[in-house]
Amino acid sequence: MIEQNLPVLIPVSFLFAALLIPLIGNWKQSSTYPLVFGAVGFAFFLSIYGLSRVLTDGAIHYQLGGWIPPIGIEYVLDPLSSFMVVVITGVALLVLVHSKSVVELELPEKLIPYYSIAMLFLAGLCGMVVTGDLFNLYVFLEISSLSGYALIAVGEKRSSVAAFRYLLLGTIGASFYLLGLGFLYIVTGSLNLADLAKILPHIYLEPTVIVGFVLMVGGVSIKMALFPLHGWLPDAYTLAPSASSALIAPIGTKVAAYVMIRIVLFVFEPNYFRDTLHVADIITWVSAAGILFGSIMAMAQDELKRMLAYSSVAQIGYIGLGLGMANPLALTGAVLHVLNHAFMKACLFLVAGNLRTKVGHSTISEFDDSLRKTMPWTMAAFSIAALSMIGIPPTAGFFSKWYLILGGIENSEWIFVAVILSSSLLNAVYFFRVLEKVYLRSKDTVDVHHAHNDHVKENQAVKRNEVGFSMLAPTIIFAIGIVLLGIFNAVLVNEVINLIIPAGI
Amino acid sequence: MLDFILGHYAYWFILTLLLLGLYGMLMKKNLVKKLIGMIIFQTSIILFYVASASKWNATVPVYDPSIGIDQASQYINPLPHTLMLTAIVVGVATIGVALALLISIYRQYHTLEEPVLLERMK
Amino acid sequence: MNVAEVYSSSIPFYAVFVSLIAVPLILLSSRFPNLREFWTIAASFLKFALVFTLLPDALHDRVAECRILEITPGIDLALKTDAFGVFFALIASGLWIFTSFYSIGYVRGLNEQKQTRYFASFAICLSATMGIAFSANLITFIVFYEILTVATYPLVIHKETPVAISAGRKYLLYTLSAGVLLIAAAGWTYSLIGTLDFQPGGMFGESAISGEAMKGLFLLFLGGVGVKASIMPIHSWLPTAMAAPTPVSALLHAVAVVKSGVFGVFRVVGFVFGPDVMAAHGLDIILLILSGITIIMASLLAFNEDNLKRRLAYSTVGHLSYIVMGAALLSANSFTGGILHIATHATMKITLFFCAGAIYVNVHKENISDLDGVGKAMPWTMGAFTVGAIGLAGIPPVDGFISKWYLGAGALESGEIIALMILVISGLLNAGYLFPIVHRAFFRSSKNFDGHGEAHPFMVVPLIVTAMASLLFGLAPNLFFQFYDLAVKISQSVIGGVH
Repeated sequence: MIEQNLPVLIPVSFLFAALLIPLIGNWKQSSTYPLVFGAVGFAFFLSIYGLSRVLTDGAIHYQLGGWIPPIGIEYVLDPLSSFMVVVITGVALLVLVHSKSVVELELPEKLIPYYSIAMLFLAGLCGMVVTGDLFNLYVFLEISSLSGYALIAVGEKRSSVAAFRYLLLGTIGASFYLLGLGFLYIVTGSLNLADLAKILPHIYLEPTVIVGFVLMVGGVSIKMALFPLHGWLPDAYTLAPSASSALIAPIGTKVAAYVMIRIVLFVFEPNYFRDTLHVADIITWVSAAGILFGSIMAMAQDELKRMLAYSSVAQIGYIGLGLGMANPLALTGAVLHVLNHAFMKACLFLVAGNLRTKVGHSTISEFDDSLRKTMPWTMAAFSIAALSMIGIPPTAGFFSKWYLILGGIENSEWIFVAVILSSSLLNAVYFFRVLEKVYLRSKDTVDVHHAHNDHVKENQAVKRNEVGFSMLAPTIIFAIGIVLLGIFNAVLVNEVINLIIPAGI
Repeated sequence: MLDFILGHYAYWFILTLLLLGLYGMLMKKNLVKKLIGMIIFQTSIILFYVASASKWNATVPVYDPSIGIDQASQYINPLPHTLMLTAIVVGVATIGVALALLISIYRQYHTLEEPVLLERMK
Repeated sequence: MNVAEVYSSSIPFYAVFVSLIAVPLILLSSRFPNLREFWTIAASFLKFALVFTLLPDALHDRVAECRILEITPGIDLALKTDAFGVFFALIASGLWIFTSFYSIGYVRGLNEQKQTRYFASFAICLSATMGIAFSANLITFIVFYEILTVATYPLVIHKETPVAISAGRKYLLYTLSAGVLLIAAAGWTYSLIGTLDFQPGGMFGESAISGEAMKGLFLLFLGGVGVKASIMPIHSWLPTAMAAPTPVSALLHAVAVVKSGVFGVFRVVGFVFGPDVMAAHGLDIILLILSGITIIMASLLAFNEDNLKRRLAYSTVGHLSYIVMGAALLSANSFTGGILHIATHATMKITLFFCAGAIYVNVHKENISDLDGVGKAMPWTMGAFTVGAIGLAGIPPVDGFISKWYLGAGALESGEIIALMILVISGLLNAGYLFPIVHRAFFRSSKNFDGHGEAHPFMVVPLIVTAMASLLFGLAPNLFFQFYDLAVKISQSVIGGVH
């Protein structure tokens, strides 16, 4: 019985939590955490269960209110959506466990509204993923966006401005999506994903459809932060409180990428955007530009979170590149990178949160090697995530790049292979800069203490000042996950991702 | 040609609104004016849907005993209207959040002019 | 042509991972230096013993295979102990035993900082080297190759002086770029022929690929392995990396890292492309020219260096290209000679580096111009140095002569007289930049070394052993490990090919 209702239960449990938290929380504050973890844990359990059923039995459909599609709204768990839902809820679970201490430190009086809005955010994201109706998708898109703006705005002084700018740009994006959807509705009369997929092939060349498609893709690109429509991202991620950036950064743009994949590969056929319209070429070129732009800008940053924000722009470029190359290997790389990057960025933002909690800042030029001794586990997790971002096997990052490279070679698009590989080197530059600061003695002290005279005792003089267990455990789990995802990626690809790639490619 | 323009006058109007809204969002320096631009932009899209629902010689989609149910073509399409009810609500929520953000910005920086704001943020 | 009999075994897996297991043990025992060093020594003996058990099978064409797991659909992370892998693994793991003892003497003699990091990184490096040696396909090779790059970084920047840090940056720049090219090459190969398994005689078989594509692919591979193999002009990381402590230079930059590079070159020439394909597309000429230029230029540049380790570094660059030239000449004797040179050069060069380190720990002198008369104070050390120097110049009875002989024979066999001349000239140049050091040490005197004796036995004994090994292998190349037979077997398998 649960199984049939799975698709709707996941966003609904978040909605319930979002409502219950202020109700019960204002009466008894300590009940907030059980509600939060209960909701996310329950949703995660449901998504894992859903994924396993979908892989064995096929897609699960749920009709809202019993109305049959295309009249009614349908919620679907198919391999792609169940995969995405597992990623979202899994990452959210670990990040929310971590956020407990951070929120208590940074926003103690806003605890209840914060978690309530976080639940709304997750409800919006999960809803976007499971819905089979494109207008319903718009509604959930706006739910998650509005909660996202709020989550960002509770940070430091400048975060309201960043949130406002994000609001303007995000609304433009969502509105373009809505407009494009309107065009499609006018000519087809349907809003249901599967139904549109059947009707559209007959009218692919109508100007209305073409414009609708372009508007939808353009609107989603803004939410996805695809270069050059990424302008809202650096400020939003940097100025948001640590807990919010850790929640939004790994999964927010990925869901927009999911929407893009749905539109481009499932609503429309792959050869539409690849051969008929050549939009695929545009996507690959802007993605490649985004990869280089993001990596280069990241090198110039002094603040860790801003560096990670630009790095995210580059990583979204990988996903866009894989999507645009539109062959099975490249798509495998893109989908795998959704998972890999979620883990890597979550780990990195959690490390930034740990640093801010203990050291008070995350400015790179002020790091020194005392961090190695005071926060060894955090920095170890950072090192693993950094190696993965650079693409050193056997961590996860190497494998998504491997599939993307194979995809590029398959298309004989050597320029993109070169872009992917050179971005690995660029990533190495800005990550090793931080690693050098943290692990190596700084120049001033080296000249003063000659290498010979340092003794083991120095290690014992600086006390361990690592973050608490609830903050450290998620960080370490993500780091271990990055290594495991790398080593066992063949299992993931064979069992899950191969089912996601549509047959038409 | 003239026929084309006049026949689609609603859409031209909507396009003008859309461009006005975009202009406001991008070109105006005051944050409230940007917000107003955004609202106009969203409204134009709402109007687009509503306009697309209309039909010649059809009446509002409220049950009229004189027409009955079987002649559905006599009613205009109700679906875009319902969709736009949702979209209007979404728009209202967005405006609410945006205004809350503007209040917060004003409290902290005492200005809503973008250039001055950028100066004060440094 | 012998067809190899393949059987399943986990010994290669254990050989690779035994030192990885030692790493957490080392990290945990950082407060107890003797226990910590015990882990290193135990791991090195165990590793060598495991590799040694694979020797009889390798000599009789029995290859152990170990499929670890499927790493991407269609390709496994797999280990295979063919003769070449066992050959390289024996050298690396055997020399690690001596380097471990030497390291203990060295870091304690200098009271170095961060010793735990040092020993832990060494353990990881040796795991990676074993993995490279036993890789069954290009993906496994790349995985361990990149791990080696990352694991050697802490060792290069060990001293954490500004010089060391910038040396580390340069090292990373070169090696990570190389890794990237290697990944591109592997990806291209996979898309061309759908497999990445090493095959003696070449993977391409009968597949018709255009000459342009082949040249491009070869250049990518060459970029990938050539950095670690220090082919000019991408060699300059090696002299700079001499900022590392001497045991690091000794094992890693004379044995593990650079030999991984030339091992990679041989794998590419013999097991990816194959002699037929190399000759058909003129790829061997490219390699021959590059290696020839490297040999001569490196030998000439060595003269310029007063810092002992840097001179030895340039000497290494030159000798590595002996091996590359052996690959480029595509004849049975040149392959045998090149492969043998991997072993002989390792024993000789590690001796020289050990000597340099012993001198540094003892009297803190690193420049040749300060070494007058050190032979009187440290006769054993300089004696070993002399043995190594003689061998590098290619003079019998030290083992350097044997490998050079086969290289020369191979040059004649391929009809490349210029190569033969380059070998002869470089022998003279070697003598030219090494013998004066010996002369200074024994036949001049200065006040620098009054009151000094030999360095700590932990350092002196290993270098005497490696010097003796160079001598013994020169007299009896098949002693203990049958290096000569292995080399011949490998070159036969490559030339004969698998059809």
